[in-house]
Amino acid sequence: MTTDTTTQGTTPGATAPGQVVLDARGVTMRFGGLTAVRNVDLTVNSGEIVGLIGPNGAGKTTFFNCLTGLYIPTEGEVRYKDAVLPPKSFKVTAAGIARTFQNIRLFANMTVLENVLVGRHTRTKEGFWSAVLRLPGFHRAENASRDRAMELLEFVGLASKADHLARNLPYGEQRKLEIARALASEPGLLLLDEPTAGMNPQETRATEELVFAIRDMGIAVLVIEHDMRFIFNLCDRVAVLVQGEKLVEGDSATVQGDERVIAAYLGEPFDGSPGDDEAAEVDAAEVHADAPRDAAPGKENDR
Amino acid sequence: MTTQTTAPETPGTPAAPAPAGLIGIPPHVGRALAVGGGALTIISTFMSWTWTSAFPGDLTVYGYPGGLQVLVLIGGVLTTLFALAGYGVKGLKYVVPSGGDAALKFAALAAFATAWYTVIAISVELGGVVNLDPGGYIVAIATLAAFVGALALPFEHPAPDPIDPDDSAWEQFKNRSSHKWETVKTAFSARPPRPVGKLPTYVEILVIAVVMALGLLVFTYGIGTQYDELFVGFLITAGFGFAALNKSGLVAQATEITSRHQTITVWGAFIAAALFPFTQTDDQYATIGVYILIFATVALGLNIVVGLAGLLDLGYVAFLGVGAYAAALVSGSPSSPFGVHFPFWAAVLVGAAASLTFGVLIGAPTLRLRGDYLAIVTLGFGEIFRITANNLDGTSGPDLTNGSNGISSIPDLNILGWDLGATHDILGFAIGRFANYFLLMLLITAVVVLVFRRSSDSRIGRAWVAIREDETAALAMGINGFRVKLIAFAVGASLAGLAGTVQAHVTYTVTPEQYQFAGPIPPNSAFLLAAVVLGGMGTIGGPLIGASLLYLIPNKLQFLGDYQLFAFGVALILLMRFRPEGLVANRRRQLEFHEEAEAPTVLSKTGA
Repeated sequence: MTTDTTTQGTTPGATAPGQVVLDARGVTMRFGGLTAVRNVDLTVNSGEIVGLIGPNGAGKTTFFNCLTGLYIPTEGEVRYKDAVLPPKSFKVTAAGIARTFQNIRLFANMTVLENVLVGRHTRTKEGFWSAVLRLPGFHRAENASRDRAMELLEFVGLASKADHLARNLPYGEQRKLEIARALASEPGLLLLDEPTAGMNPQETRATEELVFAIRDMGIAVLVIEHDMRFIFNLCDRVAVLVQGEKLVEGDSATVQGDERVIAAYLGEPFDGSPGDDEAAEVDAAEVHADAPRDAAPGKENDR
Repeated sequence: MTTQTTAPETPGTPAAPAPAGLIGIPPHVGRALAVGGGALTIISTFMSWTWTSAFPGDLTVYGYPGGLQVLVLIGGVLTTLFALAGYGVKGLKYVVPSGGDAALKFAALAAFATAWYTVIAISVELGGVVNLDPGGYIVAIATLAAFVGALALPFEHPAPDPIDPDDSAWEQFKNRSSHKWETVKTAFSARPPRPVGKLPTYVEILVIAVVMALGLLVFTYGIGTQYDELFVGFLITAGFGFAALNKSGLVAQATEITSRHQTITVWGAFIAAALFPFTQTDDQYATIGVYILIFATVALGLNIVVGLAGLLDLGYVAFLGVGAYAAALVSGSPSSPFGVHFPFWAAVLVGAAASLTFGVLIGAPTLRLRGDYLAIVTLGFGEIFRITANNLDGTSGPDLTNGSNGISSIPDLNILGWDLGATHDILGFAIGRFANYFLLMLLITAVVVLVFRRSSDSRIGRAWVAIREDETAALAMGINGFRVKLIAFAVGASLAGLAGTVQAHVTYTVTPEQYQFAGPIPPNSAFLLAAVVLGGMGTIGGPLIGASLLYLIPNKLQFLGDYQLFAFGVALILLMRFRPEGLVANRRRQLEFHEEAEAPTVLSKTGA
């Protein structure tokens, strides 16, 4: 491979800072009667790392799938660099959005290098005839792809394992390989679905560095994560999704201080001193002890 | 279970059992027995085994071996070689790069099984052991002695799993028997061979040439076996003999050398195959050769669809039929409604184009389905083709295919003045009609091999494998799944059509009944798939070997008769249980199925 590592700075998919890369407007996703995502707006600017958090089942992954063409939003539209996203996931990747999966989805029985080469699919053109006839451009394109793939493997630190089967990599390295594979499609926006799930603190730190490095390549990043420390260290902006709706969006401090967010994760805090309600209820019950009850016994404690 | 219950019985780590043999004979006696038995086996094959030349073959001659004796001789030679290698005889260590003991066991087993099969067959068929000549007794004793001696050789016994005293009797029995099975397996297993050092290129090419010549020899011998017993003996010897060579590490070393020179290997295999007609004196076995080649080529085409792209196609034989019908219709046959006679190149193009069209037509609506649903739909389309061809006879539908009578009297091909129907003399060898077609078919096979090799190691091939591995992830990587699958389907269909154009001329007649889902005669869809699975999915050698076996076995073993399909069912089940990756293992697949094995995790050559 070439020693010219400066190519990493000028990634083909990179955009000028400040430009809106992703613009989701009023995205709603219904499955039959269930509304998984309701009217969510989200923008990602280039050079930005945006976090998406929310309790389990909040619709984060569904929203991700809407952004990547796996689902077509029932309402609303998603624009990538001012163009409405095509409704097929492979066209979305070709347009410039790459993603990783929450549960790692590598091509387990292909080698590490081949996995990354598959990621190059949209950026190469050689078809069946080119492969069979070995037309002049074939070897050139193949070698260029291999060089680029090795560069990416070097970037994530897997170059020495290029010939291993993907299934034989340890967990953390599989995550890295998935990121390298996504980067191979030269995206302008990278969507990471829980990139640190199941990692130890050291690995999480390393992933953080990796995401910063990807940002520095000029690629915008949208990341779903449950690890709050990771998210708040990493992200320029954080959006909170609760029960399919966007609750709040802002920088780390805003989100961390927002009571609704805390409520969503921890439940409603008590107003006043604990036990007051119960005490009042008992009092009331004693007062009305003789009066006929209209509430069923089970509903006694309903407020 | 808790560790406490066993702690008093096995204090500390249990010491590994001392190396010992499977049979309680001192190892040095065992080795001597093996050498002596092997040598005696060799001598006995030069003697008479029975008094009559009527059965099985002629084993009555003193002075040279014949028929089954040759096979036993090979087993005996291998046994003696590996046994002597165990004594550290100078020069023989090159024969056993993995150590000779496991190889010796298999070689002795090969000789023992073949010899005893022969002896028992003689006794049963001719009525009693009195029919055996001294040679017969000697070979029986010699091979038994060699085998017993080989089993006495020491090996490292695996440590047994501790038995939980709380287990039921059945569980304890299972534990013990699984340990016994492990022990037997260990007795027959060898350590990985030492790597081949860097040899001069001409030596490596010579090795490849020898391997190819050996392959041709084995294939020619198998195809030329004249009676059932000889073919059974051939299967036994070939099977255990190959296992012996495999355990000796020679196969691994040969594989290492061939993978260094892949292009030369492919050319060598092509030349070896092209030499096959020159080994034949008449057209009898060239006929089998050409049918095997047609079957193998179509199976290889199917391997693109099933092995690479992972699309289970149960109606693949229809594409062979489309190609054959297309070629037959433009061949100038009197029963063809078109009175045209295309030259061969045009007929090939028509056949491939017709299959391609059908492939796309059938693939476009069905490839949206995944997995089992696709299999069912393709099965249906395969039958639809056959029934349609049956009905296009002028009464049930338009007159196109001449119904169940098919298109007959297809004239022989004539390529550039070379009449494939006539016998030619090349360098003193008579090349008959079927030998001509064998050579023509070999060119088609070469095209299919080329397409398989080149497309699998490219962007499109990786996309196929990615679709097979995980379709959702492949889509997310920007692969247009439908398009890529359709290409695989269309390529597979065209290659089958290509083979069909030659098949139409070889068989003279094309009828709908040749293209069934399942039937006693290959190629049919079920056998094609069986050839791919048996041989090894995603490999080139696999379908070729699988198809050869699946064609030869029913062809040679007439006594199987109606039990043929049953026997295949049993064989496939056993194979899937003990070797799910197929006879020829794709290294990738081997890793996939044997996770716990000590197989290397590195694929040194991508696209193995």
